[in-house]
Amino acid sequence: MYSFSKRLKLSALVLMLLGALGIAYGFLNTPHTTAQVKELMQQHTAENHEATSTQATPNEAEATAVSEESELNHALHGLQNRPYTAVYIAMFFFFMIALGTLAFYAIQYAAQAGWSIVLFRVMEGITAYLLPGSLFILGFLILMAINGLHYFVWMNPELYNPQSEHYDEILMAKSWWLNVPFWMIRTFIFLLGWNFYRYFSRKNSLAQDQATDLVHYKKNFKASIIFLVFFIITESIMSWDWIMSLTPHWQSTLFGWYVFASLFVSAITVIALVTIYLRAKGFLPQVNDSHLHDLAKFMFGFSIFWTYLWFSQFMLIWYANMPEETAYFTPRLLGPFQILFMGMLASNFVFPILVLMNSDYKRIPWFIILTGIVILLGHYVDIFVMITPPTVGNHWQIGIPEIGAVCFFLGLFIYVVFNALTKAPLQAQGNPFMKESEHYHY
Amino acid sequence: MSSTTIQAIFDDDDVLLRAVKNLKDAHYHIEEVFTPFPVHGLEKAVGLPNTRIAITSFIYGLIGLSFAIWLMDYTMITDWPQNIGGKPSFSFAENMPAFVPIMFELTVFFAAHLMVITFYMRSKLWPYKKAENPDPRTTDDHFMIEVSTANDVKSLEDLLKKSGAKEIKTKA
Repeated sequence: MYSFSKRLKLSALVLMLLGALGIAYGFLNTPHTTAQVKELMQQHTAENHEATSTQATPNEAEATAVSEESELNHALHGLQNRPYTAVYIAMFFFFMIALGTLAFYAIQYAAQAGWSIVLFRVMEGITAYLLPGSLFILGFLILMAINGLHYFVWMNPELYNPQSEHYDEILMAKSWWLNVPFWMIRTFIFLLGWNFYRYFSRKNSLAQDQATDLVHYKKNFKASIIFLVFFIITESIMSWDWIMSLTPHWQSTLFGWYVFASLFVSAITVIALVTIYLRAKGFLPQVNDSHLHDLAKFMFGFSIFWTYLWFSQFMLIWYANMPEETAYFTPRLLGPFQILFMGMLASNFVFPILVLMNSDYKRIPWFIILTGIVILLGHYVDIFVMITPPTVGNHWQIGIPEIGAVCFFLGLFIYVVFNALTKAPLQAQGNPFMKESEHYHY
Repeated sequence: MSSTTIQAIFDDDDVLLRAVKNLKDAHYHIEEVFTPFPVHGLEKAVGLPNTRIAITSFIYGLIGLSFAIWLMDYTMITDWPQNIGGKPSFSFAENMPAFVPIMFELTVFFAAHLMVITFYMRSKLWPYKKAENPDPRTTDDHFMIEVSTANDVKSLEDLLKKSGAKEIKTKA
């Protein structure tokens, strides 16, 4: 039985406190008028000696500098969005880790995998974050739907008024899908479905510990198959609704898969990191090097899978060179996000492929930890580059609000996950493949 | 001092694996093991060094990647400059995304094919080669261990029998 060490609990709480302070600082420091923005920008140029000349246009392509005032207004909106964006990215990042772990867990059941049973309780611990994560996301999206900030630009009612100068024909055509009530209903259904599976599978997994037959295991097997079908459809729609709709004119049929790849590789990395931590503390005696080797293989494989999707989405749009599609890549590839956009290729592809290619290195814990941290940072940047350009725009920064938000949700994540790990024995009993998993040898 | 080579036939891979371990424990020198299919864990039991084929594969992949880069640069940029995707920049760096699929495919092609060829050369396999295995049954459902010993053939035979050998003969 695992007990939550005092030091870890304290660090989690300190992280949450510091994070909350950072988030509060972000909200208190947003400029309120264009005059303040002007002052800020002058300070910024004075510091850096380089004006941002590249015109990356968030949200609407037609926002090319008409006058200085409108540009300042634009920057003001971006800077006002910044603390929300910082919170949203961190919130989504840790939520997707829990969701990806849940999908990985369901795949183990559905595939009747033999190797991974000793890791089931670790995965169940991580998916415990799904419920708090969902509540945060739900709260944030409800807030965005009612507060009139137009964080999701398509929520502006002016766009659908033919008399208005902001009337948007394209969005009008999409409004049967992208409208606040339907969008909210979808969000609610997704979160409900995922959390229901998590609740159901955890209940059965605990019940199987005491059971004398396989009835709970069989229930979980069937539920996992249903969940996976539900998940892959809803995950795709979720990525359109929560992320792609931030740039509502642009669409990519590959976007759902792309988000999935990011979500899955981050989740597997976190499973590996938590497993290594618990094993080092002596709580997982049945986990051997071969289990770690398999997790590292998944980290390696899905890093390449992520790159494959990243490139597939990029290459087609780059080659075809159509303005309505390249609008997505202009700020990212050529604009102020270039360093992050290219940098994440190094951390999400080049680094893992070189470090984890050798079979022996996949068994060395500190190699996995090092690569894992780089992969997680890279995928945070990935989410950052998805969400920031349309919401904050050119004047992005990674400063106190962003780091604070990450600290807050990291603290919460650690607290919830390790608290959940204390609730049940770390070795699941009664699974018919348990023996195979214990003797697993690559 | 002449050494004798004993050939022992087994009909089960688990028994074979145990016999190999027994022989190793008794410090006999195993010349060769013939099996109709790969037996899991056998290479460790016999004490073969780790294969270096993965390293050759990595090197071949790099050769393929370099070849693809040279090929694309020569054919698409230098020798006959092409307008790629409506972007007539005629520079390799700016057209690189279009070449990535070719670079990937040639990396895989070189790594895979040259690795197989290396494997065949290392195992001395080529078309029309005469089979080297001493008993045709080892290509069907039997396993054979060849052990050599300089003295005391009797105790070796006893050990093999005890380990479950179906048939023992001295190599001519």
